[in-house]
Amino acid sequence: MTTFLKLIKNPLGLIGLVLLVFFVVVGILAPVLAPPAWEHEPYRIPRDGYSSVPKPPSPEHPFGTAEGQYDIYYGIVWGTRTAWRVSLVVVSISALIGIVMGSVAAFYGGVLDELLMRVTDIFYAFPFLVGAMVLTTILGRGLTNVMVALVALGWMGYARLIRGDILQIREADYVQAARAAGANSLRLIWRHILPNAIWPVVVQGTMSMGSIVITAAALSFLGVGAPLGYADWGQLISYARNWILGLYGNPLAYWYVVIYPSIAITLFCLSWNLVGDALRDILDPRLRGTR
Amino acid sequence: MLSYIIRRLLILPVVVFGCIILVFLVMQLLSPYQRLSVYVSNPAELKNVDFDVLIERYGLDDPIYKQFADWFWEVIHGELGWSESAARPVTGAFMRFMPVSAELALWSALPIILGGIWLGSLSAVKHNKPLDHITRIVAITGWSLPTFVAGLLGLFLFYGILGWFPPGQLGLGASAIVRSSEFANYTGIITLDAVLNWNWYVFGDAVRHLLLPVFTLAYVSWALLLRVMRASMLETLRQDYVTTARAKGLEEKVVIKKHARRNALIPAVTIAGVTVAFLFNGLVITETIFDFHGLGRWAARAAQTFDLPALLGYLLFNGVLIVLANLIVDVMYAYIDPRVRLE
Repeated sequence: MTTFLKLIKNPLGLIGLVLLVFFVVVGILAPVLAPPAWEHEPYRIPRDGYSSVPKPPSPEHPFGTAEGQYDIYYGIVWGTRTAWRVSLVVVSISALIGIVMGSVAAFYGGVLDELLMRVTDIFYAFPFLVGAMVLTTILGRGLTNVMVALVALGWMGYARLIRGDILQIREADYVQAARAAGANSLRLIWRHILPNAIWPVVVQGTMSMGSIVITAAALSFLGVGAPLGYADWGQLISYARNWILGLYGNPLAYWYVVIYPSIAITLFCLSWNLVGDALRDILDPRLRGTR
Repeated sequence: MLSYIIRRLLILPVVVFGCIILVFLVMQLLSPYQRLSVYVSNPAELKNVDFDVLIERYGLDDPIYKQFADWFWEVIHGELGWSESAARPVTGAFMRFMPVSAELALWSALPIILGGIWLGSLSAVKHNKPLDHITRIVAITGWSLPTFVAGLLGLFLFYGILGWFPPGQLGLGASAIVRSSEFANYTGIITLDAVLNWNWYVFGDAVRHLLLPVFTLAYVSWALLLRVMRASMLETLRQDYVTTARAKGLEEKVVIKKHARRNALIPAVTIAGVTVAFLFNGLVITETIFDFHGLGRWAARAAQTFDLPALLGYLLFNGVLIVLANLIVDVMYAYIDPRVRLE
């Protein structure tokens, strides 16, 4: 609770938090804000015709339509849900895998530790986006496969983090005391070590919420992520690529296809990063007393 | 020191071997028919041929350990198959696209490293002053701005509205000169070749086209280095030896440059490997947006057209390069920080 109080006292953290609440509300209220055209396929962006030339904002399409007459407003509102789904699923599963791998490596040590850490080294050798791009291509286009690829390449950071923390905490007096009192390994990890080692993982998780959304959107932007016409911010931005150059004498003719989706994705990532930054400052004891 | 380097060098083949195994395992997700393209180096082979014969020939229905041994043999001999999207063998495509990406990477390395280190430490020195706040905003927006958004916004502003920096690698005039017989292509890196040819028109045009992609790459990669450098400098400035140096009456400039910054550099060096990985990620997007015909754009197109040999080759290439970068970092690390050597 004190952490939360400190978080809302930090101005940047507060801004981040308010923005996150805003995105939560938009995600929850999506069916109200933008009623789906097809009851069973709410993530399909409705199209108003098939012309490739974007149309400026109008009462009917508040943010205008993109290339192929996809409604930008609808895409952004439902894209919020996509962003939440991808980031929450990917971060929680990869953190879980990382925590299990890291604590096993740290606690049992020896050959197992060496083996698991070399495996993380190998996974680390592949750039996140490039690896995810290859994996999604092979698994096939679609949001589930994007998430599988992101988890497969995203768990190592947590494993390393938790391993380092556990190695440090394991030597602490209170853990030695619990061990002397006869606690078994599982109880030691679960009750005494993990609760103390978990905070850096929480910070790391918050910070990567944004980068996961960015990578998923980048995959859609490159045309290997979400299927065509799916409500996804990256996809909306990819529709903007051909309309950077405005009309002769009116360079701003198609500003709406670039600006709205860009704002949505940047604000989402920014708010997570602001919260993550503030959390780290609050939870990192070394930085205490500096502000 | 020497034993440390040798120990690190010994791990290198293990990790590279691990990378190869991983890529091979990814490949096993596909059917033998799809995998065939990774083995065939000449597209003519695929015409008028029974696929089952080819599968037999390349041993794609053999037990998995034998398949791996075969594939490993091909890989270490540089046989990576035929890239449909580049219309040439994968190794040949590397040779062709490499200089373009190298040019982008080299030009962006300078602002990333110097800007990151200099701004990061300056921000720590001016802790909680306006400059610190500006740097933090730059870092956090850079971290939040996806590369493709940064690139598109840059293009929108500087090309769409202002018309200063067009996409592509060269303008029409300059590209005609580069292709002509009078212009000798020594390295394929245009800015370097232009200097060697003493052709300043081409050089200027190339730089004009490079500015925007380089800035995009740098801006999104800055964030990490800036943050690490700032945090580590803040911690160093609070160390006792810095106070001692000040108490001795040394000039503040000397204290910061000689005593604090050098020690604060250590964590910044460790993330150099990560920065290289960032650069690779960035290249895929930047080259696609700015229409640079380099490795990144080739990989993106390979993904769109299901050009597997190219993708797997590129993945392997990235893996090996990052492992190498990490090795260099480790050695540098041991050089900078004597404590590492003694372990």
